[in-house]
Amino acid sequence: MQDVLEKPVTKVADVPVNKDKGKLKKVLIICSKGKLEDVYAALVMANGALMEGLEAKMFFTFFGLEAITKKHADNLHTATVGNPAFMPGMPTMVAGLPGFEAFASYMMKKEMDKLDIPHVTEFIQMIEAGGGEIYACKLAADMFHLKKEDFVDEVKGIITVGDMYALAEGEGTQIIFI
Amino acid sequence: METLTLNGTAVAVNAEGYLTDMNQWTPELAKEMAAEVNIELTPKHFEVLNWLREKQREGVQLSIRKLGNSGIVDIKTFYQLFPGGPLKISSKLAGIPKPASCV
Repeated sequence: MQDVLEKPVTKVADVPVNKDKGKLKKVLIICSKGKLEDVYAALVMANGALMEGLEAKMFFTFFGLEAITKKHADNLHTATVGNPAFMPGMPTMVAGLPGFEAFASYMMKKEMDKLDIPHVTEFIQMIEAGGGEIYACKLAADMFHLKKEDFVDEVKGIITVGDMYALAEGEGTQIIFI
Repeated sequence: METLTLNGTAVAVNAEGYLTDMNQWTPELAKEMAAEVNIELTPKHFEVLNWLREKQREGVQLSIRKLGNSGIVDIKTFYQLFPGGPLKISSKLAGIPKPASCV
């Protein structure tokens, strides 16, 4: 007991800290959702990383795949039902009326245009031009019967989860899941 | 406020090294600043810098996309000209404030 008491107490300040905080060098952004706002979050973060001089890789899976298909990339919607933050006070039944979601998405895209935010396909081109790499998930692509030709040209490949982790290799990498 | 002395001339810069008065900018200054980040400025670089300065004077919020649509360079070339954060670096070399753009 005495021994324990006499042991010097470690103060927080004495705890060795990693002075070299380790710079962020690369981000791997996984986008698993196909809603307009989720896809944009992923695109803005990937493009933002490139703008800062970081490496950026993107991996689209599940409904996120919609964002990189030629057919749907520029026609993504925001959810008006089951999204309480969207127009608080809007009754769910109204939000679910036919055409409401399309209208809301149209309005949102109009606002984004004002802020100079590009459409999804243009955004993807910008990311590729900046050296970013875009991949589709093999499992999800198989599930949705999507092939290489269904995706926009910037998609570099359809890869497995193992290949995805390989993209994150190296010091200073962060994985962001959406 | 800090000052940056290049080639015997002192210019006022902020803590991040951006000029606080874009009128103090000269092409020679840009060349010296570029050398510090290992960029040798070519006429193409200067086209970009001049375009940025012009738009800054007009009060345009600058973005990589706007530069890509400027007709001067495409986005890929822009990244190649100013590696490691093109808009930030080119703005610094153009003597204009750090861009507050997320896209």
